[in-house]
Amino acid sequence: MTNFPILSSLILLPLIGVLFILFTRSNNNKYQSSKYVALFVSFANFIISLYLWYIFDASTYEFQFVEERKWIDGFINYKVGVDGISILFILLTTLITPLCIISVNNSISYKLKDFLVAILVSESLMIGVFCSLDLVIFYLFFEGGLIPMFLIIGIWGGERRIYSAFKFFLYTLLGSVLMLIAIISIYWITGTTDVSKLYELGIDFKYQNILWLAFFSSFAVKTPMWPVHTWLPDAHVEAPTAGSVLLAAILLKMAGYGFLRFSIGLFPSASEYFVPLIYLLSLVAIIYTSLVALMQEDMKKLIAYSSVAHMGFVTLGIFTLTDQGITGAIFQMISHGLVSAALFLCVGVIYERMHSREINRYGGIVSIMPRYSIVLMIFTLGAIGLPGTSGFIGEFLILVGAFKKSFFVATIATLGVILAAAYMLWLYKRVIFGKLKNNDLKSMIDLKNHEIFILWSLGIPVIFFGFYPEPLIATVETSVNNLIEMYNLNLEQNIKNTDG
Amino acid sequence: MDNLNFILPEIFISLSLMFVLMLGVFKKNSTSIVYNLSIISLLIVLFLVMSNPINSNISIFNNSYKIDYLSSLMKMLSVTSAIFIMFISSKFLKKNNIYKDEYPVLILSCILGIMVMISANDLIVFYMGLELQSLALYVLASFNRDNILSSESGVKYFVLSALSSGLLLYGCSIIYGFSGSTNFLIIQENLNSSNYSLTFGIVFILVGLAFKISAVPFHMWAPDVYQGSPTSVTVFFATLPKIAALTVFIRILYVPFFNLIDQWQMIIIFLSIASMVFGAVAAIGQRNLKRLIAYSSISHMGFALAGLSIGTNEGIQSSIIYILIYSVMNLGFFSCIFMIRKNNVYYEKIEDLSGLSKSHPYLSFSLLIILFSLAGIPPLAGFFAKFYIFLAVIEKSMYFLAIIGLLSTVIAAFYYLRIIKIIYFDNEKEKYDIDHHIALKISLGVSVIFLLFYFIYPGIIADFVSGIKIIS
Repeated sequence: MTNFPILSSLILLPLIGVLFILFTRSNNNKYQSSKYVALFVSFANFIISLYLWYIFDASTYEFQFVEERKWIDGFINYKVGVDGISILFILLTTLITPLCIISVNNSISYKLKDFLVAILVSESLMIGVFCSLDLVIFYLFFEGGLIPMFLIIGIWGGERRIYSAFKFFLYTLLGSVLMLIAIISIYWITGTTDVSKLYELGIDFKYQNILWLAFFSSFAVKTPMWPVHTWLPDAHVEAPTAGSVLLAAILLKMAGYGFLRFSIGLFPSASEYFVPLIYLLSLVAIIYTSLVALMQEDMKKLIAYSSVAHMGFVTLGIFTLTDQGITGAIFQMISHGLVSAALFLCVGVIYERMHSREINRYGGIVSIMPRYSIVLMIFTLGAIGLPGTSGFIGEFLILVGAFKKSFFVATIATLGVILAAAYMLWLYKRVIFGKLKNNDLKSMIDLKNHEIFILWSLGIPVIFFGFYPEPLIATVETSVNNLIEMYNLNLEQNIKNTDG
Repeated sequence: MDNLNFILPEIFISLSLMFVLMLGVFKKNSTSIVYNLSIISLLIVLFLVMSNPINSNISIFNNSYKIDYLSSLMKMLSVTSAIFIMFISSKFLKKNNIYKDEYPVLILSCILGIMVMISANDLIVFYMGLELQSLALYVLASFNRDNILSSESGVKYFVLSALSSGLLLYGCSIIYGFSGSTNFLIIQENLNSSNYSLTFGIVFILVGLAFKISAVPFHMWAPDVYQGSPTSVTVFFATLPKIAALTVFIRILYVPFFNLIDQWQMIIIFLSIASMVFGAVAAIGQRNLKRLIAYSSISHMGFALAGLSIGTNEGIQSSIIYILIYSVMNLGFFSCIFMIRKNNVYYEKIEDLSGLSKSHPYLSFSLLIILFSLAGIPPLAGFFAKFYIFLAVIEKSMYFLAIIGLLSTVIAAFYYLRIIKIIYFDNEKEKYDIDHHIALKISLGVSVIFLLFYFIYPGIIADFVSGIKIIS
């Protein structure tokens, strides 16, 4: 089994599913077959990635399941592999996708087949992003993901979908083209784009800062960091539920992953140099977007802004450049992937019933939808980072890392936790508790079976990892340690070089 | 006599050109015979070009005519695209009542001119080919003579092109005056860079050539001519003359004037940047698909010129890869335009595509792929075209050019996205006919499959063009 190209099959399986979907009947009333195909394929992918996690050897930081094939002769090889960091993101992707597909039950009635195709294609591209070990291959997957997402927002989105789709596409593209220049420059500077070779070779000190900035421009837009975060609320609000879930749970994580794999791995001295910049932007993101979130009338927008704040924690954690900070950031990304996906699904649930996302429209639905209220409570607490949920572990570790580096930064970041509690609990209060203002809310039915299934399959991990984070931490531990060691080693070398 | 073997394709095309002309004149109602015979003769020409050993490097007729890797490759490319164009445009011609004998004859003579241009190794030979090609194109542009736009575009193209040919000739005569020969190799030997008046000659020649590939600031004719000409001629304009002119660019810049690279490099970089940026910005406001593709092709030519401006073999190769992929994208795009038809009327406004995806899923999907590829989004072929260009540009540390180029792709992405938006996001307006000619479907299918699956083995073209080594 060792030689079986398991990662390539993870990437290819959704595409094979797409082929089958194209052969199913697109008849509007009998579209179920295409959905079953998509569900089957994505679920199979989830099982394979679980198996991958099971046979994954967490005791080494080396890349595993590496596949290398000639692609462009003597120049770029198709190379994929995973280490402790990337495997978790692959798992997250394969977990979220089937849930997305289940969730489209009623919300997408128009062109369901095409929608499923778009979701599967973007799943395959996202898995590709997380396991590619060559910069050019990474760029292909990273950019290619724009196409299905643009279509998902534009075709199945809400009122201002066109504006949002364009904004999403152009912002991300603008950030990424600079990264392309940097990738090509790296090729000419070092003669390779293979990530593990680049780790060994290192990149000359004098180029690092400018290359780091080029990568940063792409990842900052994708994260999104303040002040280039404005595409995110628009895209989230207008995207259909499944699209928002994919965006929040996985697409945003690409940038965090990129920071870990490329910015820190390839440009250690530049990372060190730009730490204050990242701290500043992350703190602004945490405080400012939390305040903005407090003012939102639209539920999806509120959650979108909270995503920006949470990603601020992630970038802060990554650039504390400590064991705890980075482990916390990875944990936070996984946890945010689960929680924000669930929150968007929760909004989707009531939106499907009332066709409104206005917070004022609701209130007092605890008596009508008790089961829904419980689930929403879990995820609200998860978003706040209450002990016992996975959100707590992530934020706690990040803050530990931050306190190690700078008391001041950590203190301000802690304020963000309080603000998060404020906006999330207030949202919960306004939607769930209070008096039943609108009588038509009474016609809402509580969670249906498939919704219970989706939400609990996100809720169980949130609680489980909140109490027992060990499986995740054990997976990333060696890789993170190695990342930090390598980083410190490189820094020392650079200091020696500049002294000599 | 040995020499004649090597120009067999040219001889054959001239003979068949005269034959089909005679046939058309003396036999009544022979249009479809003439048309099909022309396609057959093009196929034979393609076969003849391919039967020449591709690795040969032969100069014949006193070094004035060159058969080498570059010329064989470009001839294959231009003849193949011409065959595709002939196939896909027959129905269009019939529906617009311009299915006449002269049309295939003019196309054949244009291709003859293009083949001569591609192989030219002498200023006079090159000019001959250029004029033969242009004369045929003047007539083709105004072929729909009852249409006022078509006549206008023919006249406009004629006047401006004649002017640029004049400048080009003037440049040729200056070069001749300073080097004492019109042959590229002899010019190369006799030139030395200290002679500044030579720069005038080079500039005039570059202006003339820039006009032919519609690089900014010599692009003014392109939008009007593209819009006014019959669509079957527009697709011709968008591909073949550009292939020929690009080859001549390579031959002139890199053989006689390669030692003067300091003097022409800045000019090419300027042309390239201006075309990329202007093409991207000006296309945003367009409402007519053909006009839009004119601006888009200006911008694409800017990228091809960026490859040429570098002064390395890799740069030349990247330009050729670019023009190759560009031709495929254009063929696909125009195949789509030919499919936007209802009751014998061809639509060419962008708004006419509104909501196309609802009733024409396959056509819309093809357009989607082609447009994303034109915008250069990975993993489609258009991305690799740009990738190779920037790979070569950054090798020489020309970051300024690279950054401008990539930023202009972001601007350009906007108008391609706008078309996609109209196709996919807007409400349906019209249902179009679906009884398309099989050739149209095949050419669209081939180009879409090429663009979509190119990424699986992108080396296929790179390997192919890596044999082109102009600079030794």
